[in-house]
Amino acid sequence: MILEGLRRAFEMLLSFDPQVWGPVRVSLEVSCVATLLAAVAAIPLGVVIGLSRFAGRRIIVSVLNTMLALPTVLVGLLVYGLISRSGPLGAWDILYTPTAMIIGQTILAMPMICAFTVASVERSDPRIRLSMLSLGAGRIKASVAVALENRAALAAALAAGFGRVFSEVGVAMMLGGNIRGYTRNITTGIAFETGKGEFALGVALGTVLLVVALAVNFAVGYWNYRGGRRQ
Amino acid sequence: MSIRSLVVMVSVLASALVATCCTRESNEERSIRFATTTSVENTGLLQALLAPFTERTGIKVHVVAVGTGQALTLARNGDADAVLVHDVDAELAFVKEGFGIHRVGVMHNDFVLLGPPEDPAGVKGLPPAQALAKIAASGSTFVSRGDESGTHRRELKLWQQAGVEPSGRWYIETGQGQRLTIQMADEKRGYCLTDRGTYVVAQSKVNLSLLVEGGEELLNPYHAMAVNPAVRPGVRYVESLALLGWLMSPEGQSMIGDFRQDGIQLFHPDSPSPESLSGAVP
Repeated sequence: MILEGLRRAFEMLLSFDPQVWGPVRVSLEVSCVATLLAAVAAIPLGVVIGLSRFAGRRIIVSVLNTMLALPTVLVGLLVYGLISRSGPLGAWDILYTPTAMIIGQTILAMPMICAFTVASVERSDPRIRLSMLSLGAGRIKASVAVALENRAALAAALAAGFGRVFSEVGVAMMLGGNIRGYTRNITTGIAFETGKGEFALGVALGTVLLVVALAVNFAVGYWNYRGGRRQ
Repeated sequence: MSIRSLVVMVSVLASALVATCCTRESNEERSIRFATTTSVENTGLLQALLAPFTERTGIKVHVVAVGTGQALTLARNGDADAVLVHDVDAELAFVKEGFGIHRVGVMHNDFVLLGPPEDPAGVKGLPPAQALAKIAASGSTFVSRGDESGTHRRELKLWQQAGVEPSGRWYIETGQGQRLTIQMADEKRGYCLTDRGTYVVAQSKVNLSLLVEGGEELLNPYHAMAVNPAVRPGVRYVESLALLGWLMSPEGQSMIGDFRQDGIQLFHPDSPSPESLSGAVP
């Protein structure tokens, strides 16, 4: 059954079957946008937390690390309650749209990216910031310099955030609703097709999921490796 | 990677964001959210039926396939604009509470009881309630939707008639859609109740036999409703009316009657045109 599924899966992939590539497009769009939005908020926040020393900082970092394990269905539940038409943001009318999926996935990716950023900034050479400050740079400029110096690690943070949301199913199912040709993405598609006994389609989607996840991680790993050799 | 390629990457992502927002707006111009049961979605009927509707009216229909209970809950919260469901009691309650209007009978088929071909409880050909009583008495595995769907509610009604309170290790509640529940019954070598449409679609992929069918108790009518805009002002009422109109039109009705899977008719239209009625009795 699995072998037959594999064979038909590759036929579908190669013939650009919209049943396969439609969900792939939704997955890529939603997860890329969510990762980007999360990064815009999480990287500056992570740099600030990583560089500063204040009371309660340990607690914040611990909370952040705990949030790495934030269950996707819990995020789905909370956002659902907010954006349902009978919820406080009901007027936005975005439940069961890609926008709703992006909101949920952004919340999922943020702690991931933030925690990775904090860790990398903490590990970085403190002399970078000090020398920037002594050269007359402002605190913001010095922080940017630290972030740029760690850009390979920040890319790893982005990849981790992307990997988290690209492969999750809870938020996509609860907030997207698995609507064919609109919010059906790779993971909800696999769950749905397997439920229908359509293993070939499930395998085809699963293959793309794996390949994209691998490609992203290889790209970041290669960059880190090259960066490591140059230093 | 240099800073320049980082900038390129970010701008590509940003333009993807803009593109998504734009497509969303053009999609949302005229679209409705149609909550329906997994039993209808699994058969592929809606895909066939809604394509010409969208083509003609420009209204996109976003189908959310859940159980009847959940579909009505979505509609109650204003998260669906129209519903197509199959649980008469729940439908009437929904109308009585003021949420549903324009309830129309779209189509029907029937429920059937499936089980392993060797039929360990010996229920083949029995009336439904009696068959369930025998399954319970023999402790054979029964796989239930357990999700307040139309099929689940009917199953509970039949248990009541059988005078059995189903619980115990032999009674499995899946909480999944109809197609997956049949799959699980197949894996567990158990019995399950399903609508005929999903059974026909699943037939070739599972090793389960049709053991009980026919009779008033197993009739399965589907009704469509719009959500009342006076109670839930956000809903897309006009578009919902257009959809109901299409479902009940002679054309829509004959499409329902003509829909085949493996050469088998899955649904019988409940308001067929006079021409299609001549000769054939549903």
